[in-house]
Amino acid sequence: MDRAEVDAAIRSLAEPFNKKGVDISGATTFANDLEFDSLTVMDFVAAIEDEFDIIISMNQQAEIENFGQLVDAVTKLQDQ
Amino acid sequence: MSEGMSPAGDLFSKFDDIIALRQNLLASGVEDPYNLVMEKVLSPTRAICNGRDTILLGTYNYMGMTFDPDVIQAGKDALDNYGSGTTGSRVLNGTYQGHKECEQALREFYGMDHAMVFSTGYQANLGIISTIAGKGDYIVLDIDSHASIWDGCAMGNAEVVPFKHNDIEAMEKRLRRIPDGAGKLVVLEGVYSMLGDVAPLKDMVRIAKQHGAMVLVDEAHSMGFIGEHGRGVAEAQGVIDDVDFIIGTFSKSVGTVGGFCVSNHPKFEIMRLVCRPYVFTASLPPSVVATAATSIRKLMHGSNKRAHLWENSRSLHAGLRQLGFELGTDEPQSAIIAVIMPDLERGAMMWEALLREGLYVNLARPPATPANMTLLRCSLCAEHSEDDVHTILGMFERAGRAVGIIG
Repeated sequence: MDRAEVDAAIRSLAEPFNKKGVDISGATTFANDLEFDSLTVMDFVAAIEDEFDIIISMNQQAEIENFGQLVDAVTKLQDQ
Repeated sequence: MSEGMSPAGDLFSKFDDIIALRQNLLASGVEDPYNLVMEKVLSPTRAICNGRDTILLGTYNYMGMTFDPDVIQAGKDALDNYGSGTTGSRVLNGTYQGHKECEQALREFYGMDHAMVFSTGYQANLGIISTIAGKGDYIVLDIDSHASIWDGCAMGNAEVVPFKHNDIEAMEKRLRRIPDGAGKLVVLEGVYSMLGDVAPLKDMVRIAKQHGAMVLVDEAHSMGFIGEHGRGVAEAQGVIDDVDFIIGTFSKSVGTVGGFCVSNHPKFEIMRLVCRPYVFTASLPPSVVATAATSIRKLMHGSNKRAHLWENSRSLHAGLRQLGFELGTDEPQSAIIAVIMPDLERGAMMWEALLREGLYVNLARPPATPANMTLLRCSLCAEHSEDDVHTILGMFERAGRAVGIIG
């Protein structure tokens, strides 16, 4: 999958968690803009991991603050 | 200076939210649930708390060993013969005869080759997890793991991969995705202390082993009364021989303070030199290891007490259910019964109403609890009588009606 396809796939995975219907851009942050708590993060990450058959460890999650960084990270991880 | 205002650069400003939450709660007039003082302790199940005679139902003193005459005598003898403290690390001047005897008692209790005693259970998890899982290794753990497990992960350099609580499939998927050749440690608990539920260790340990992982199980809340010999949930589910490391504590069933790891790993003894939370702290006082060793040996023969503890757990669970309380588990799975409160405010009111009735339970709230729940956590003791359980149910009924938790 190229970056645009990864972006589209993650965007649709994020939909059920985006309770307030926030307009998501690359700079949208999970903690502040989307107000994800730790349980939401776990479920969201699990959905992405299952979709791409990858692991996003907590160490890697700590580096990811916004949507664009997540798409970058998943694009890279799926190629490994 | 007003407490609500933080000057620029105050490193404490990050705690403003929790300070405000606490102030709001106390402003509503409830007694501070985290500032209780036990002025006198009368027995494993009774104390004078804030001037009131109180039944203790939140102490983890599962087997009631804290006032056992043999245990107390062992502590007194050790104080007389070895003094009040070791003033040193286990690897320097802090290993006394009593520490070796305590580790021998643990080896016999678990039927394992090696036992290592830490100064607390927290340090046992912190030390073992952070030391054995290093850079490039993966730790796969339950999302509801105890703080000491998370802190052990945070202190080490391994990749940390959590999975949904007690979800066998979620654990298996994560193990499968770990790159070939990486070291794997699966960290599980026998009993999860918040809801008192038990892990499906039989399947989880088998799957972990199929994927070449080492397995560590924290049996803090099961020692002494779960499993044929009281070795915990791994024993009860028949997988203890496949568990590489069992972590435990002296501050629950054993009735004092301290932590340990037991293992059959042939190289285990090297931990004593490389595990920093073991090396860089003072060892337990001689009286503590003497009480622990005596208590552990008595727990080997505690089958009658064990049976009574299970009776207590079953009758409290059934009684609370009948009264209409929502509980953490459908069936009693351990000596912990968690009563789910609608929110923190009513949880605190209920906690206070129970205390006024003369009953102490733990008020547990986020972030310690799963799913942001507020819980009144009850832990039973083998020394609670059948009458105590009836009295406790009456207290729950009156308090629950007064606060409006039950109809």
